[in-house]
Amino acid sequence: MSELQSQYAKRYKSRKFINYIMITIMLLSTLLALIPLFSILTHIGISGIKALNLQFITNLPAPVGEPGGGMGNALVGTLVLVSLAALMGIPVGVLTAIYLSEYQQVGLFPSTVRFVADSLLGIPSIVVGIFVYLIIVLPMKSFSALAGGVALGIMLIPIVIRGTEGMLKMVPDSLREAALALGMRKWRVIVSIVLPTAIKGIITTIMLGIARVAGETAPLLLTAFGNHFWSTKLDQPIGALPLQIFNYAISPFDEWHNQAWAGSLLLILVVLILSIIARLATRGNKLN
Amino acid sequence: MEKVIQVNDVKAWYGSLQTLKGISLEISKNRVTAIIGPSGCGKSTFIRCLNRMHEVVPGAKVEGKILINKTDIYSTQVDPVEIRRRIGMVFQKPNPFPTMTIYNNVASGLKLNGVNNKKVLGEAVEKSLRRAALWDEVKDRLNHSGMSLSGGQQQRLCIARALAVEPDILLMDEPASALDPISTLRIEELVQELKQQYTIVIVTHNMQQAARISDYTAFFLNGEIIEYDITENIFTKPKDKRTEDYITGRFG
Ligand SMILES: Nc1ncnc2c1ncn2[C@@H]1O[C@H](COP(=O)(O)OP(=O)(O)OP(=O)(O)O)[C@@H](O)[C@H]1O
Ligand SMILES: [Mg+2]
Repeated sequence: MSELQSQYAKRYKSRKFINYIMITIMLLSTLLALIPLFSILTHIGISGIKALNLQFITNLPAPVGEPGGGMGNALVGTLVLVSLAALMGIPVGVLTAIYLSEYQQVGLFPSTVRFVADSLLGIPSIVVGIFVYLIIVLPMKSFSALAGGVALGIMLIPIVIRGTEGMLKMVPDSLREAALALGMRKWRVIVSIVLPTAIKGIITTIMLGIARVAGETAPLLLTAFGNHFWSTKLDQPIGALPLQIFNYAISPFDEWHNQAWAGSLLLILVVLILSIIARLATRGNKLN
Repeated sequence: MEKVIQVNDVKAWYGSLQTLKGISLEISKNRVTAIIGPSGCGKSTFIRCLNRMHEVVPGAKVEGKILINKTDIYSTQVDPVEIRRRIGMVFQKPNPFPTMTIYNNVASGLKLNGVNNKKVLGEAVEKSLRRAALWDEVKDRLNHSGMSLSGGQQQRLCIARALAVEPDILLMDEPASALDPISTLRIEELVQELKQQYTIVIVTHNMQQAARISDYTAFFLNGEIIEYDITENIFTKPKDKRTEDYITGRFG
């Protein structure tokens, strides 16, 4: 063996050793990241499952001491609020993202839109609540589901804009060119080529956004307000799981604490089920 | 000889970078015209000007006149989409539509033109795939994703996609650079066959290929056309020293 080769052999050994150390560190970091996630989920699971049953999903809250109370109203309320937010946030967000990515990538206007969206992403959610309180609750002279939905929608829009734009940017230009060169019109390229290519990522972004706003409490305090009775009326206050969880969690009763855990578990399950539905709905679109 | 494409003093820019500095040439009907020249000299830019694809790059600009069948394709009354439908293009890098099956990739151009008859589509797909020398490899998996093919197969799929709409003119940007010798030969045979009906402009880095398949050859250098003649003359008695250096590999 030449001297150079034996030098390489020595270095190969030490390189292998460093490689081993680095991989171990990465693995440990991964485990470390998993600990809080895992403990939150198991804790909610264990504490929540005790009080989670069919009655809990279908019944109204009961006074302390009375058995059989539930969060049915809050579950319905959350679904109504999230639907309103989605109805507002998804079309506005996706269309804005298409505009930014496909029509006007550079210039003062698109950079302003991006800046505003980024700022909105970082704004404390209670501020959104106050804003909607001023523009909807005060003029309507009532807390309402509509106000809550708008507050969540305002929070959803920037998430959808930035996420969707990122996904659209990942579609290579060569595909757009291939489609244009075949004689497709621009809207057709977007609808038949760009969106289907990016749809999985867009759905994931939207679901993350929905999950995020479904769990918001602060912007609902001054808008949806909460309601201990069944309501689906848009101009009336409406219950929401996070609100009810909050109210129960700060109460002095153990029984309500248990219900707050069950409510948390229910909220997680709702988000999970929504994501699964969205995944299944877009599966037909993909090959392989 | 009828001239289908007449190019007069065409200049092109990417932002402030000028990549074509006044190209003029005429391209004959039912002939194969090869564009050769070193990397970065503007070959792709030039053929992208011929079907108005250059302008889709943000900041790109074209000046000059291009007549195709006597129509000024840059006149304001002309819809670029119509131009692109009549001129097929095969790109340097394969770019099949990833969400479509092999079948739908080939059929996409026809469907776009309102062809929905299953039988017509099926026949066109088979014919195009056969011409692109891909049929035997994919006939049993037409419903698989276009992305499930190898790089060379993907390129032949893109050729089939361009052929399916039967364009008058076919622009090919190094269509064979990712292909093995056998597929390359098939593509060269295809080009020979297609020129009965179509006018073909092909960019190639392969001198032998240009000599084998083309009737005319244009040599580009730094955004200018140095020499344009019948292929035989370019390869046997080039008039310009730079052409000679390039084709003999003594360039730079
Ligand atoms: N999208 C683009 N944006 C900016 N500049 C570009 C772009 N595409 C090409 N260019 C530049 O334009 C010049 C000509 O490029 P072109 O692609 O026409 O060369 P080419 O002759 O096809 O080269 P090759 O043989 O490597 O494909 C090059 O200097 C290149 O850097
Ligand atoms: Mg090129």
